[in-house]
Amino acid sequence: MNIVVCVKQVPEPTGTNRMDPNSLRIVREGIDAVLDPADEFSIEAALQIVEAQGGTVTVVSMGPTRAAEAIRRGLAMGATQGIHISDPALSGSDALTTAKVLAAAIKRTNPDLVLCATESSDAYTGMVPGGIAHFLGLPQLTFAKKLTVANGKATIQRQIEGGYQTVEAALPALVTVTGSINTPRYPALKGIMQAKKKPVEQLTAADLGFGPDEVGQKGAKERVLGWQPAEQRKAGQVVKDDGTAATVIADYLASIKVI
Amino acid sequence: MAKIWVFAEIAEGKVHRVSLELLTKARELGEVTAVALGPGASNHTAMLGEYGANRVLVHEDSAYAEYLAEPAAQTLGELVTKENPDLLLIGTTYNGRDIAARLNARLNCGVITDGASITLDGTSLKVSVPWYSATTLVDVTIEGGTTKLVLVRPKSFTSEKLVTPITPQVESLNITFDNSVKRAHIVESVVQKSEGPTLEESTVVVSGGRGLKQAENFSLLTALAEQLNGAVGASRAVVDAGWVPYSYQVGQTGKTVKPNVYIAAGISGAIQHTVGMKGAKYIIAINSDADAPIFKFADLGIVGDALKVLPALTEEIKKRKG
Repeated sequence: MNIVVCVKQVPEPTGTNRMDPNSLRIVREGIDAVLDPADEFSIEAALQIVEAQGGTVTVVSMGPTRAAEAIRRGLAMGATQGIHISDPALSGSDALTTAKVLAAAIKRTNPDLVLCATESSDAYTGMVPGGIAHFLGLPQLTFAKKLTVANGKATIQRQIEGGYQTVEAALPALVTVTGSINTPRYPALKGIMQAKKKPVEQLTAADLGFGPDEVGQKGAKERVLGWQPAEQRKAGQVVKDDGTAATVIADYLASIKVI
Repeated sequence: MAKIWVFAEIAEGKVHRVSLELLTKARELGEVTAVALGPGASNHTAMLGEYGANRVLVHEDSAYAEYLAEPAAQTLGELVTKENPDLLLIGTTYNGRDIAARLNARLNCGVITDGASITLDGTSLKVSVPWYSATTLVDVTIEGGTTKLVLVRPKSFTSEKLVTPITPQVESLNITFDNSVKRAHIVESVVQKSEGPTLEESTVVVSGGRGLKQAENFSLLTALAEQLNGAVGASRAVVDAGWVPYSYQVGQTGKTVKPNVYIAAGISGAIQHTVGMKGAKYIIAINSDADAPIFKFADLGIVGDALKVLPALTEEIKKRKG
């Protein structure tokens, strides 16, 4: 089983993101960056499959030089190898370009299964996995909270509004996973040491056949016009519970006529 | 007049509420065409007219209900290529997102997700999108003459029937699918019924997170919700942990609620959760961590143990109600 997992390095999710008023892009300098926690679930899912059935797990990421750290983290968890697409020309790419570039890199590995998170924890568009599936000509099984791969078929339990669906597709297929699919392992020290020696292929946009004008900010179809701070809710009264919290809340509910 | 298309999602025999919200918005922007796909789709044409569709394109084929994304993306792709509408609006639902992603790639068009307001000046589009846990509103446009795809979260706009409903012009599509789009096969759908008022409709929502420590403690929320005639919600963390089903989830990947009162117990206030509940009129938070981000925007914050406060509050309300 040849599995590719798409990963992204994102600003530390508990940190405060801000925007550069000139470039109108997210400020990444001086901000801690981590492997998107959402991607740990897809890496774990891939590892569990190859541990049971044999095969390789390739972690692929498009991102600046330091995104290599996110790939290393995946390798430390146990992935076999990495692909890092890094090129200044790709900076500012939109979801569609990201999907095209990732698909072009993934295609070279001829995978049986491609795994992605449902959405990244910084941009949240959720448009990239479906785009990759389209460009690779694969069916997409989405929002998986359970995944089994057997007899040339992937079967998932797909989260939906009021319950779930069982959905299946013949391999090769792309699957997006949610956070309930497993509990990702922590990289062990041994894994971290081994990860340093695992191969990571470096690719540029040109290596994948993209010209500088079709990718990055130039290739993006969306354009930011401007921004303003959103109207924020203000903090109200904060009370430390001294045993009377129930009365305080009940009084408040009475004041707004809920009880 | 601008040509505005709305993907009218049919779910469980009904038009999804977000599609009605989009139709209401769409009729401000131009001439509205709704696209309704799937078995029973033609039953809903009158309703789509009540919310503003001048024209409804209908295709009743079981493939839409049996296979994920690809049949709908193919049909929408062909229609959009043929008629080149200015805008195509799709609700941010599980199916809507799947179809939009596939369609975006297929059409090679621009896409804006999470649109909070939409204006169209001639053909020039401006969509406001909340970024960075909704601290910043960013205005985004898509240039060029091709169809622009915009996704909108439920409850971003209010749905309202027209005073004088339109009798839409209904066109049945003549399309046959080959097997190339019949791949992600839905074998079974399981609906998990929840009791009491629904999260989306309820004026009071009582939600719990990790701070409740274990699944059993969700009964404390249920007891409080019963007293307030409210619905019970949950953060993604506890839904992922399997304490309660997905239907309880409030947040980015769950439901968007706008109740009168939202009580958050043991929820820290991560972005993932707050985008789904910041529209509540009053927010009451109970959390043992005084630095929890939720206290930055709660109207009333209690720094304390939710496991103690919740049962005491339930008793207090019972007592006051007599």
